[in-house]
Amino acid sequence: MDVALEADQLGKRYGSTWALRDCSLQLPTGRIAALVGPNGAGKSTLLHLAVGLLRPNAGTVRVFGESPYDNTKALADIGFVAQDTPLYRDFSAAELVTAGGKLNRRWDAALARNRLAQLGIPPDRPVGKLSGGQRAQVALALALAKRPRLLLLDEPVASLDPLARREFLQSLMGSVADAGTTVLLSSHLLADLERVCDYLIVLHAARVQLAGAADDLVAGHRQLVGPRHDGAPIGGVAAVVRASHTDRQSTLLVRTDGPINDPSWTVRDVGLEDVILAYLADGDAAASHNEWGVPA
Amino acid sequence: MIEFVLDSRSKVNTYLQLVQQVKQALRVGLLAPGDQLPKVRDVAQSLAINPNTVLKAYRELEIEGLVAGRPGVGTFVERSLAGASLPNQAELREDLVAWLHRAQAAGLTPEDVIALVETTLRAALADDTPHKEPARAE
Repeated sequence: MDVALEADQLGKRYGSTWALRDCSLQLPTGRIAALVGPNGAGKSTLLHLAVGLLRPNAGTVRVFGESPYDNTKALADIGFVAQDTPLYRDFSAAELVTAGGKLNRRWDAALARNRLAQLGIPPDRPVGKLSGGQRAQVALALALAKRPRLLLLDEPVASLDPLARREFLQSLMGSVADAGTTVLLSSHLLADLERVCDYLIVLHAARVQLAGAADDLVAGHRQLVGPRHDGAPIGGVAAVVRASHTDRQSTLLVRTDGPINDPSWTVRDVGLEDVILAYLADGDAAASHNEWGVPA
Repeated sequence: MIEFVLDSRSKVNTYLQLVQQVKQALRVGLLAPGDQLPKVRDVAQSLAINPNTVLKAYRELEIEGLVAGRPGVGTFVERSLAGASLPNQAELREDLVAWLHRAQAAGLTPEDVIALVETTLRAALADDTPHKEPARAE
């Protein structure tokens, strides 16, 4: 397995607070991976470490085997679109394409111009005057003009309306199919992710909760509904990810390690969205109740 | 050439939806041997889905021997699923339309019709299986 992005015990601290801690993962090449987690979970920190904008306080991050921090050779292989697609707003799209050519070693200006022409982006208007959707498309075209092997996108569609979001994902999927680029994108829009991504990384409270191929994760989890569960082991269940109880019934989302044959449980398949939500909801409610001084 | 559509509310896996649509097109004769399937890139772009999903669907069809990939050219239909039943379908369809008009006149809603067809189909198939061998031997 070729690895595009690899983190080992990676950590980043701001003052005394860890924004990312003990992060170990391997993203195989050719995947389109989703980076999911609540605000403040460490998503942007992980992306900034991967693109060399931040220096780790602990552990290592490698892109195609190279550390990206202060390493222009490694950076040539990485494309990055930051949150809210920052661009020089007084520059026109055509000027940005020219500027990119001066600033990068590898630069396919023809590719960028063709994409922007196809999308009907005006070449001579300052990009600050374009719509949010058009600006996002310009940022994507510029990132792709580097012909990156790894493309990192931080919340690329968060601020776009539904039509612009779809158009953005369409051009992203088309260009990934052309070039075989490995993609890591962070997003809150779970419905989009289920169609677009085949790899999943869930971050919560600065730590990796879950990472793996989407198909494997979906196949490895089930929802169980049955009589109230007292915590006794269930055959075929490796771990209970999330449980909710009424006085006589329990609903469990579980990670499996074999077939579940116990007849007292109704077993249902789950979708990627169910798995993501189960791992995100796994918060520490008791601690919060303590902090507020109210009974749990 | 066919165009794929996705049912976003369906619980069926995206790649399976693509497989099913190709099979459906093969069954009704919309696709015949030699026809080309849409290019992976075009499907990924138009549906905004992962190209690997399209590849997986085409690979599954390939394993079943329905299509074959020609490197650098595209994916082409090898075998039809329409078979001998295709010429008979027009006539059966006419009968069905006439029957549906009668069902409508009798006050059946589309849901009633679907429920009736499904239960009758299950019952008929269940009846058929044990009788099949003796019926052929006569």
